[in-house]
Amino acid sequence: MTPVTPNSSGVLERRRVRVDRGFSRSSPRPQGRSRRRNQKTPWLYLAPALVVLGGLLVYPVYQLGLISFFEYTQAQVSGGEPTTFQGFGNYSELFSDPQFWQVLLATVVFAAACVVSTLAVGCALAVLLTRVRAVPRLALMLAALGAWATPAITGSTVWLFLFDPDFGPVNRLLGLGDHSWTYGRFSAFFLVLLEVVWCSFPFVMVTVYAGIRSVPAEVLEAAALDGASQWRIWRSVLAPMLRPILVVVTIQSVIWDFKVFTQIYVMTNGGGIAGQNLVLNVYAYQKAFASSQYSLGSAIGVVMLLILLAVTLVYLRLLRRQGEEL
Amino acid sequence: MNPARLVRRPWRLLAEASALLIAVVVAFPLYWMVLGAFKPAGEIESSEPRPWTLDPSLDSFRRVFEQNEFGRYFVNSLVVACTVVIASALIAFLAATAVTRFRFRFRTTLLIMFLVAQMVPVEALTIPLFFLMRDFGQLNTLGSLILPHIAFSLPFAIWMLRGFVKAVPEAIEEAAYIDGASRSRFLWQILFPLVFPGLVATSVFSFISAWNDFLFAKSFIISDTSQSTLPMALLVFYKPDEPDWGGVMAASTVMTIPVLIFFVLVQRRLVSGLGGAVKD
Repeated sequence: MTPVTPNSSGVLERRRVRVDRGFSRSSPRPQGRSRRRNQKTPWLYLAPALVVLGGLLVYPVYQLGLISFFEYTQAQVSGGEPTTFQGFGNYSELFSDPQFWQVLLATVVFAAACVVSTLAVGCALAVLLTRVRAVPRLALMLAALGAWATPAITGSTVWLFLFDPDFGPVNRLLGLGDHSWTYGRFSAFFLVLLEVVWCSFPFVMVTVYAGIRSVPAEVLEAAALDGASQWRIWRSVLAPMLRPILVVVTIQSVIWDFKVFTQIYVMTNGGGIAGQNLVLNVYAYQKAFASSQYSLGSAIGVVMLLILLAVTLVYLRLLRRQGEEL
Repeated sequence: MNPARLVRRPWRLLAEASALLIAVVVAFPLYWMVLGAFKPAGEIESSEPRPWTLDPSLDSFRRVFEQNEFGRYFVNSLVVACTVVIASALIAFLAATAVTRFRFRFRTTLLIMFLVAQMVPVEALTIPLFFLMRDFGQLNTLGSLILPHIAFSLPFAIWMLRGFVKAVPEAIEEAAYIDGASRSRFLWQILFPLVFPGLVATSVFSFISAWNDFLFAKSFIISDTSQSTLPMALLVFYKPDEPDWGGVMAASTVMTIPVLIFFVLVQRRLVSGLGGAVKD
């Protein structure tokens, strides 16, 4: 209970108790009956979120797992045949398919390349932004916001047009003649990577820039006066102060880049020539909706889920180590 | 702060020159998109593309808008995106208030769940969601696009709004109650306006995810094309073997403009909002 303030009337005192129903991290938890009463309000506020998330996220995840253990093809979906329990049958079928391992490897390498490039470009440009006056800064900021605002599908088609072997300006500029970027496996992945970096570096740049701006000027000036080089300032002063932000943007990038779908689907025409540019997401989609193997598609989805879950656990441990209070 | 002062002059000029150059490179795809939309038919399919056009035409736009129901697709996309933005902002605001302003059992568990929920690969859920929508008779409706996107933008929105709700001093809340404000009055008339910049910053993310939706539209809107959204309209012009580049660029331009407008409107708040979220 709150300590009774000497000049408080009864009415005020009662209100005081109501205040306690909140949060205030500093005040001790209310005990006993009042505590049970204020357990209601937060749940009331949480109700809409929990209903939506329960129905459209938790339940579908459960369903995804369920489908992956049963036999689900066109016959079962249209209700013609009863479904049968497969146990890990779908998974063993998946793991014995060499294409699955190839796609898994491609996904991990591609996502890693995207994350590293995005972070490098984003951080470098964030530092550059702090080094220039208002006009160039605004120009770069606006250009970046434009790239960020571009929808995935329009970005994909515009980049295809830029690199088009017949009508695109890039090949003319580089003197490549009618070299096709989407024909070779690596050059197609590289083209998608460029587009992904182009549309996702702005988030990193803006966030890190906001972070650098929140570092007190005195600290930087002191370091500069002590004769630290730019690189040294970045490594020994800014990087440690920015670590929480860097963790956040890294994790967000990992999540987004691991799940890239539209760019691959549109730019490599559904996964490239003979599926050479498939990533897990597109692979699962093709399995489920193109060849009606819903259970195999779901099993691939479960594998993705588990990989991302592992990433989350690493993230949580990092947060814990920083002693962040949830 | 102004670190620009710390940099010696020639270096600063070099930095500014490269910043401008990079800005040009980053903006170039967008310029090429708009240019391609205005180029006349013969010019866009030329093997010697010029970075300007001497006789801009509206032919490509005309083709796009004459395509059956393009306007309808546009409205559909807008309805989906706006509904998602408003609904997820309100729901996330309530949830973020609950997890930051109250102490209750399972609070930390919930927070971790919201974090884990961000990791769920949305696309993988297309399969169970397809069955769910089918069983509830929601296939071929805008609801089948709106509902999942509200759910998928919520976890990130709640996570991001936490910082903003936390930043509102508790003294304000106590003062409001002492002055006799009710809980709901404090929530909507005091806390909501204070957190509004944060809501704008988070709404950018939910708007983009809904406006970008391609997979759900492709998977759930299968027989009734009047419920389709813009990406489907764009794909009409994009045939991988024989694309109508003029049409694709014009449709892309029309599809990108609303997002650009939205970004320009919220640009300030977005940058300060992200700063607020990370300072947390």
